[in-house]
Amino acid sequence: MKLTVNGEEYDVDVTPDMPLLWVLRDELGITGPKYGCGIAQCGSCTVHVDGSAVRSCQLAVGDLAGGAVTTIEGLSAPDALHEVQQAWIDHQVAQCGYCQSGQIMQAAALLDLNPSPTDNDIDAAMSGNLCRCGTYPRIRAAVKAAAVKLQEV
Amino acid sequence: MSRIGTIARRTFLIGSVAVAGGVAFGTYLAKKPIPNPLLDDLSDGEAAINPFVKITAEGVELITPRADKGQGSYSTQADLIAEELDIDPASALISPGLPHQAYFNGVVLEEGVPFPGYDDSWMAETARSFMSVPAKIFEMQLTGGSSTVPDMFDKLRTAGAVARETLKQAAAQRSGHSRADLTTEDGHVILPDGTKIAYADLAAEAAQIDPVTDVTLRPPEDWKILGTPRIRRDIPAKSTGAEKYGIDFALDGMLFATVRANPGIGGVLESYDASDAETMPGVEKIVPISHGIAVVATNTWYAFQAANAVNCVWGPGPYPESSAQIWDELDAALENPDRLDHRNRDDGDVEAALNGASPVEAAYRIPFLAHAPLEPMNATVLVTDELCEIWTGTQIPTFVRDHAMKILGFERDQVKVYGQPIGGSFGHRLEGTHVNQAVEIAQAVKGTPIKMTWSREEDMTHDYPRPAAVARGRGVVSEGQVETYDLSVAQSGLTGSWMGRLTGMSIPGPDATITTGSWDQPFAIPNYRVSGYRAPEMVPISSWRSVGASGNGFLHDTFLDELIAAAGADPLEERLRLCHHDPSRKVLEAVGALSGWDGPSLGENRGRGVAFVMSFGVPVAQVIEVTNTPAGVRLDKAFIVADIGPHTLDLANVESQLFGGMIFGLAHAINSELVYENHAPQQDNYHAYEGLRLYQTPEFEVQVLNNGTRIRGIGEPGLPPAAPALGNAIFAATGQRLREMPFNKNIDFV
Repeated sequence: MKLTVNGEEYDVDVTPDMPLLWVLRDELGITGPKYGCGIAQCGSCTVHVDGSAVRSCQLAVGDLAGGAVTTIEGLSAPDALHEVQQAWIDHQVAQCGYCQSGQIMQAAALLDLNPSPTDNDIDAAMSGNLCRCGTYPRIRAAVKAAAVKLQEV
Repeated sequence: MSRIGTIARRTFLIGSVAVAGGVAFGTYLAKKPIPNPLLDDLSDGEAAINPFVKITAEGVELITPRADKGQGSYSTQADLIAEELDIDPASALISPGLPHQAYFNGVVLEEGVPFPGYDDSWMAETARSFMSVPAKIFEMQLTGGSSTVPDMFDKLRTAGAVARETLKQAAAQRSGHSRADLTTEDGHVILPDGTKIAYADLAAEAAQIDPVTDVTLRPPEDWKILGTPRIRRDIPAKSTGAEKYGIDFALDGMLFATVRANPGIGGVLESYDASDAETMPGVEKIVPISHGIAVVATNTWYAFQAANAVNCVWGPGPYPESSAQIWDELDAALENPDRLDHRNRDDGDVEAALNGASPVEAAYRIPFLAHAPLEPMNATVLVTDELCEIWTGTQIPTFVRDHAMKILGFERDQVKVYGQPIGGSFGHRLEGTHVNQAVEIAQAVKGTPIKMTWSREEDMTHDYPRPAAVARGRGVVSEGQVETYDLSVAQSGLTGSWMGRLTGMSIPGPDATITTGSWDQPFAIPNYRVSGYRAPEMVPISSWRSVGASGNGFLHDTFLDELIAAAGADPLEERLRLCHHDPSRKVLEAVGALSGWDGPSLGENRGRGVAFVMSFGVPVAQVIEVTNTPAGVRLDKAFIVADIGPHTLDLANVESQLFGGMIFGLAHAINSELVYENHAPQQDNYHAYEGLRLYQTPEFEVQVLNNGTRIRGIGEPGLPPAAPALGNAIFAATGQRLREMPFNKNIDFV
């Protein structure tokens, strides 16, 4: 089975019902997307498929239908951080960091669709991503800062 | 103090501290020098000046033996060494090292002494100092109890200073100068003429000389790293997906595994049928392990699918099968004289005061709680005939090593444990059952490395939870003041349950965790008593972020708030009137100023609550503002003030830990509990164990004070006041007093 991840083509030999998450992690060694719940409750596995945020634990690899997959490893240009990543560093968002790949992919997709989100927009878009450490106050601040930066570009 | 209190305290001193502190082991073991573990694996030309600093031809490697589970301990440990070693910590490799006695935690057991955190008398300090002895002898290399900074503050700065002076001595011998004429800067020794010699160039010579141990630590005003604004070293990699947690570790030829163990923890596997599962895609092997089965496959997901398809027949769990039965046991233990474990607080004459009045009474319940960090338990293990190698995120590496030795019949040098970055723990990784399982699996496929991962369902249902507890408060108010306060708490003892699993030994004496966070608060009430009743061991239980204080802080402060309300006093003013500890008073005053406190009411359907809990020596006051909307209670704004002792090493990180701890406390207060049926929790994933989401999170303001006398850790103390602050705020806004967690049993939230 063929798939495209971060611009690279891969051929994997797995059953088509295997969730994309486990193809990425255990077949391709792309470990930025995390396993947290397996039932789309935590968002740690969030990737982009053709630019949309998707829970990769719920998408069977056989249903990708040629969609291009971007993981956090492919979010930024090779030599520069994505503004969302830079904001996450500047605001020192991460504690354990395990959910942050998913948070960042969700935030990047939000800002792509909605460049100047209101507080309610941010609440609505980000509340499917669970953080057990409680980094939410800084996630809010970082999303807002990234939105400003992206508008400047 | 009453007779029984005296006996309890004396029993403790004799039963635990004095025995552990020398009588049992003798001063020889207590004072025996510990060899430097880094010398075992040193190559030619490398220097291991002490157990924390290694200089190689490539540069400096720092050993940071306390696990990093998100609290920033790797960064802080490296910064402590670097401050004295004069290096840029970002330039140094860091590693947790291999488990070793040299990395024992000298302060973690101090929490067990029967002295409150604000007591710095000679007797209290002496009892605390004894507690490093059992920690050393039992090789307790343990991360927990907010102990990393207090334990490491002097230890690692001294290690850095010793390394620096030893490198200077090596340079002095080479150059013919006196060591006193040399200086250091950014990884170099500087000669009087300005010539720079890189530390790496001095490694071979430094290895040949005795370390210079007569060092003086720099005063805080000379610090260049500690206390300055900086980015925690792990944050960039955690923002790009590059950080490799234990679950991301991989070896060539590695297979993937998972387990299903008896849902009644400790129950047996009577039989199993894997005939269907064995034919499923990717399955390599299905084997029985202790209390369950394991699947080895070519992909973790294949292993999960096959494990669910194995038909297992389980024996019963070795404890009451339902929460209903457990509540009955706890109720039966409460105020049962035969179950009195300790009464560390017994001021005035509570009985007489209660007899003469019609007391305010309240009954409370707090539930079992899972740790549920987002990274499920996992371990990668390779077993050969000679060696067992383990890659896992753990707070207890020496115990993990010892358990693997026992399973395999190996000697100590045949087991290597390589600590990995941890995706959250909250105490979950103070346990090693999952590693033992992975070792058993690796033994069954000897020569092939396996990465064993628990499914979320296995993780949540096989957690050793925070114990459930019941409590009763009785009190008397008079002339607008709290006059009599009597709190009784019943729960099982988590220390015995946990230490039993870790060491196979039973721990003598009372279990302080039953009342930690309630008896030890810095208040002076004329008649003031806190009693801990020990229920039988039932569900196996463990430490959960802030340990005893997580539940007891809620019980103590909520009942205090009830009495203050009954007295008609102001919640903040009355706490201040009762508080006799100066740093704690300043914390309360500051949270009042920060929140603009002028009483609990904020107008119609709005209110605020204040709570205060001292835990791990850190006084923390929190205020939370809520609105009672038609759809439920909304959390608007939260204020936190904490006093962490004389120095703040990394303010941005301290703030993170404080609001993170408060959010963790709020989350569980609002909506989380484990309910047992058929010996197992019915909550097996986040849909049933929700936590807090972004939309529910209030705005935060945090203030850190430095009036305390001793430097403190901050991973836990932010949690305990959260639940009582919220409950007190809801009372202010609605008039409804919440006495059972989670609160959403009795009130809705938006």
